[in-house]
Amino acid sequence: MRIKILIRLKSQILEPQGKVIEKSLSNLGLKNLNNIRQGKLIELDIPDKLSKEERDELITSACKKLLVNEIIEEYEVL
Amino acid sequence: MSFKSAVITFPGSNCDRDALVYLKTLTSGEVLNIWHEENSLPNVDLVIVPGGFSFGDYLRSGAMASKSKIINDLINHSKKGGYILGICNGFQILSEIGLLKGALIQNNRLKFLGKNCFIKKKYQSDFNCLINKDQVLKIPVAHNEGNFYCDDSDLKYLHDNELIAFEYCEGKFSNSIANINGSIDNIAGITNKDKNILGMMPHPERAFQNFHSSQDGKLILESLLS
Repeated sequence: MRIKILIRLKSQILEPQGKVIEKSLSNLGLKNLNNIRQGKLIELDIPDKLSKEERDELITSACKKLLVNEIIEEYEVL
Repeated sequence: MSFKSAVITFPGSNCDRDALVYLKTLTSGEVLNIWHEENSLPNVDLVIVPGGFSFGDYLRSGAMASKSKIINDLINHSKKGGYILGICNGFQILSEIGLLKGALIQNNRLKFLGKNCFIKKKYQSDFNCLINKDQVLKIPVAHNEGNFYCDDSDLKYLHDNELIAFEYCEGKFSNSIANINGSIDNIAGITNKDKNILGMMPHPERAFQNFHSSQDGKLILESLLS
């Protein structure tokens, strides 16, 4: 089973790359694209034989132990 | 009494050699270089976690290094009261381990900063006891993710327990600004609650030799030795 985990900076934390992307898009004449924030997407495979509980536990563990720094980031499994 | 110290090297560390020279020049004891895959640290007084781009800064700065084999014993060393100095990427690694509060995020102006900066002591610890109040130190920074962030409760904790070791300040040039990277409260370096661990973004190991543009970096190690 393919799992996608979306990680982004918490909303109160400045995300300067998004601001620069927004400006570049505006320079291209693409207006009305506002409040851009860049995050990251992690994709991974998990064996189908695992139960939903086992899957959830494994993903939560991976996120909390390494993939996400919860001081500055939040995540959701898509 | 002989002062023993060690520097941990990770793949991508690039200030480990400078840190070794810093220790060998200013201390009289044995100085060891430890590879991150070692399981244990030798019995030393101080461990430097050096700057660089450990593991290519993959995922987040310091994230991978914080899970290296040697880290368990680094935590033991800290619990025994041993000193740890994390410089630049070393500060990021100590934050990722959780030995220090907060996190280092991208500089607010999106520029890699490689220049001299000015800092002064905020609260006293063994790492800055020889530095006078309001004494301005000129020490270089070289970072892209040096913007210190923590939430309001952690910031209160840092102030209440006097854990902010250094803050950026205006320097001797009229165009220098205090807050170079967006750090909350101009924070340049913090300690843990027991004050045996210091993480700082400026590089004292690049400011101690006569050919360096400043020798103010000496004061941090000399404070520790005093």
